[in-house]
Amino acid sequence: MSKIALHLSISLAALAAAIATPVLAETVAITNARILTAGPAGEIAQGTIVLHDGKIASVGAGASAPAGARIIDAKGATVTPGFVAANTLLGAVEVRSLGDDLTVNNPDIGAAFDVQYGLDPQSTLIPVARLGGITRAIVMPLSAGGGGTDFHADDGEELYTAGGGGGSKSTALFAGQAAVIHLGEGANILVKPKVGMVVPFGDGGANVAGGARGAEIVALKAAFRDVRDYMRNKAAYDRAGIRDMGLSKADLEALIPVVEGRMPIIASVHKASDIRSVLQFAREERVKVILDGAEEGWMTAGEIAAAGVPVIINPLSDRPESFQVLGATMENAARLQAAGVTLAIESQGGAHRVRELRYNVGNAIANGMPYQAGLAAVTINPARIFGVADKIGSLEPGKDADLVIWTGDPFEPLSQPTAIFIRGESQPMTSRQLELRDRYKTLGGGYPAAYSR
Amino acid sequence: MFGTVAALVVATAVGGCATTAPASKPAGGESAKARTLPKGLDSANNGDPFASTYRPLPSRPTALFGATVFTGTGERIDGGTVLIRDGKIEAVGAGLVPPASYDFVDAAGKYITPGLIDAHSHLGVYPSPSVPAHSDGNELTDPNTAGVWAEHSVWPQDPGFNLARAGGVTSIMVLPGSGNLIGGRSVTLRNIPARTVQEMKYPGAPYGLKMACGENPKRVYGSRTRAPSTRMGNVAGYRNAWISAADYGRKWDDYRAKEGRGEKADPPKRDLQLETLSGVLKGEILVENHCYRADEMVQMIGIANEFGYKITAFHHASEAYKIADILAQNDICTATWANWWGNKLEAWDGIEANAAMIHAAGGCAIIKSDDPDVIQRLNQEAAAALAAGRAAGLNITEAQAMAWITANPAKAMGLKDTGSLTPGKRADVVIWDKNPFSIYARAERVYLDGGIAYDRHDARFQPKSDFEIGQGANR
Repeated sequence: MSKIALHLSISLAALAAAIATPVLAETVAITNARILTAGPAGEIAQGTIVLHDGKIASVGAGASAPAGARIIDAKGATVTPGFVAANTLLGAVEVRSLGDDLTVNNPDIGAAFDVQYGLDPQSTLIPVARLGGITRAIVMPLSAGGGGTDFHADDGEELYTAGGGGGSKSTALFAGQAAVIHLGEGANILVKPKVGMVVPFGDGGANVAGGARGAEIVALKAAFRDVRDYMRNKAAYDRAGIRDMGLSKADLEALIPVVEGRMPIIASVHKASDIRSVLQFAREERVKVILDGAEEGWMTAGEIAAAGVPVIINPLSDRPESFQVLGATMENAARLQAAGVTLAIESQGGAHRVRELRYNVGNAIANGMPYQAGLAAVTINPARIFGVADKIGSLEPGKDADLVIWTGDPFEPLSQPTAIFIRGESQPMTSRQLELRDRYKTLGGGYPAAYSR
Repeated sequence: MFGTVAALVVATAVGGCATTAPASKPAGGESAKARTLPKGLDSANNGDPFASTYRPLPSRPTALFGATVFTGTGERIDGGTVLIRDGKIEAVGAGLVPPASYDFVDAAGKYITPGLIDAHSHLGVYPSPSVPAHSDGNELTDPNTAGVWAEHSVWPQDPGFNLARAGGVTSIMVLPGSGNLIGGRSVTLRNIPARTVQEMKYPGAPYGLKMACGENPKRVYGSRTRAPSTRMGNVAGYRNAWISAADYGRKWDDYRAKEGRGEKADPPKRDLQLETLSGVLKGEILVENHCYRADEMVQMIGIANEFGYKITAFHHASEAYKIADILAQNDICTATWANWWGNKLEAWDGIEANAAMIHAAGGCAIIKSDDPDVIQRLNQEAAAALAAGRAAGLNITEAQAMAWITANPAKAMGLKDTGSLTPGKRADVVIWDKNPFSIYARAERVYLDGGIAYDRHDARFQPKSDFEIGQGANR
């Protein structure tokens, strides 16, 4: 029963999202394009892609522009799917030092925390990220750090000033539930909520469990026992007729899809031994898991691949920044890929620097990852990992028309996007930063810059 | 083995004798009175207690043949050859014939640039692993710690030095952090594996003084309910420091003048803080000023004018593009990023085209890292900055943008013998497998003073720090 109810609520949420953002997409044909589909069609050296009603109507060397379509002659330019940025703070942060909407320290709201309710479609970070070719993102709750590479990254030099303006970190065992958003204009950027449950492991997990790794696994197992007991005895729980639970009712409810294996745990984990520990935990508890971070993933690549567990990494993590990433290397991506692991590539920090995602792919490729695998790691793979591959992640007929036209290789800094479509809608090629730039391009005019538009 | 130890003992003994020998002559020009001050009380007669002991790697006459060369001074030479001799650049040009006796390196299809220079790093003072035991970059006990020197915090075993070298970085300015109004002296390093910081110190490089505007000092001290807690408190703090420094300099000048005339004079007590600040006022120490906002940078220029010193570079300088004209007029470099912004409010207006707009206004643009990851890819950060400039309609060549990570940081660090492939300069050279403005380019070989310091394809030239060996996780 509860399963059906939950499915229903998810569908309703998706429906609401669709209604809130009416698709007013035109019919567009992009001709004479080099198309990197990230789908079964692979690379199309010269082809046409047709966007109709917010969807991709056709793509291929032989596809023709329908009558009445707006024609964009790409003149040989490269077209890719819009990139999907895994592990971001988009829509939930503006100025990093002023805090974020992804950190909860509430004893009754851990697993139940759901980022979907706090998203800001007006965030100035969204157009900046979009100009990096990113059309979708996974917004994740922030979990306890612990010396991985995920936390200090966006504080930048704050790290060097003992200021640490990034706000507090969640001290909960479960940091909360992630959501998929789109980066298009509009009042509602939510695409799909509840796509994963963030849980810190390693040093971070030890911190939230009272200081030691072993305590965390025990605490997680106890929590899952509570959830299973609760599921079987809801009525008794409501009459206070069963034993005390370590989690609030809201958290118990939130964890039901996790213990049922429907919602993956997004395990923030770095060290090889901790990765093994997560894999074993997932096996024993029969839960789905996604590894996030995994700087020492290459050391356990075979085990990760055998478990069929997908991995999100920042391929630039190559320093022994902490004792849990002594094995960090730029070849992590290539080695995991070679072992058959499904990989998604994330950006540094996931917020202000998320536009550098495409450079991260380029660096992974330069360090041994095959080009098409690099492309997949920011398109179809994150779409699959987070359960939205039926809608996005590749240029295939029937999928949402998310795509970017580039002046050249999308992973090169010297290439720039010339047009961006999200759900078939052409996006403005500007941002607050570009407005600032243009305001100060000519200095010393008669009127102060503030009079410019 | 034994022989080496014995030799060391002898050397030490000789050294010990030499320093106590009464016959040793003082440095020329020092007055008799100065010599009478007890050791350590007169900076002018204090020698160089932490002098560079840098020794270049062995090098051989070498010809790097047939590459696309970015000189660092704005030129691009196709089919260029770089000749290295005695650790120096001997010649650069197309059509040079490599002498037969030279080691021949076929660089056809590859790219050659000067060794990259990072004008803003915290390697060694905030090393990897990033743990409190190593956190030695900010002496947050007083808003003015001009008396501290970054070199006394540098841990030479920071694995970040090796990673930076693999990214083509051959010279680095390591700065104290920005938690204080005046954070202390920087140190400029040759990026060479070493046991001591002295072995890395760049011979003859001037010191820099780290100053910081804005949010950081006022946050650090305001949170302790002491000054500064506001930006106006920041400015009062700088001005008071310079007043004390000017007064200190005057006292020493008076003392030396009297002493020179043979009059009886009582020397001022040496003060490390004021000595450094006084060094700035005398033009011997460069000012490296962390400052994000345009309005604050212009306030700092006002202070510099009030006390008669020069600001060499503004660092971070996210809003430099708003005052590119003023910075160019004042000959102040801008050391910035392309991609960083918004980590705090004073960085909120940071834009990708910042460096390009400084360049276009005739100013001195620098791309720097301030980060142990970005330092590994300064070329990529410069590429992003260049792309943003072109997107803004600015006509900038790759050869010009190369100066942002070579010649311009050399200028901002006061280095006259590196930063470009100019005959006579140190042979700090990088061979790239592809155009360094491509994301796919990797430094294949890095020369420091003509010696091979790194080779991507030869494990003999891939040094590991002590920290990195025997750890199990062999990267």
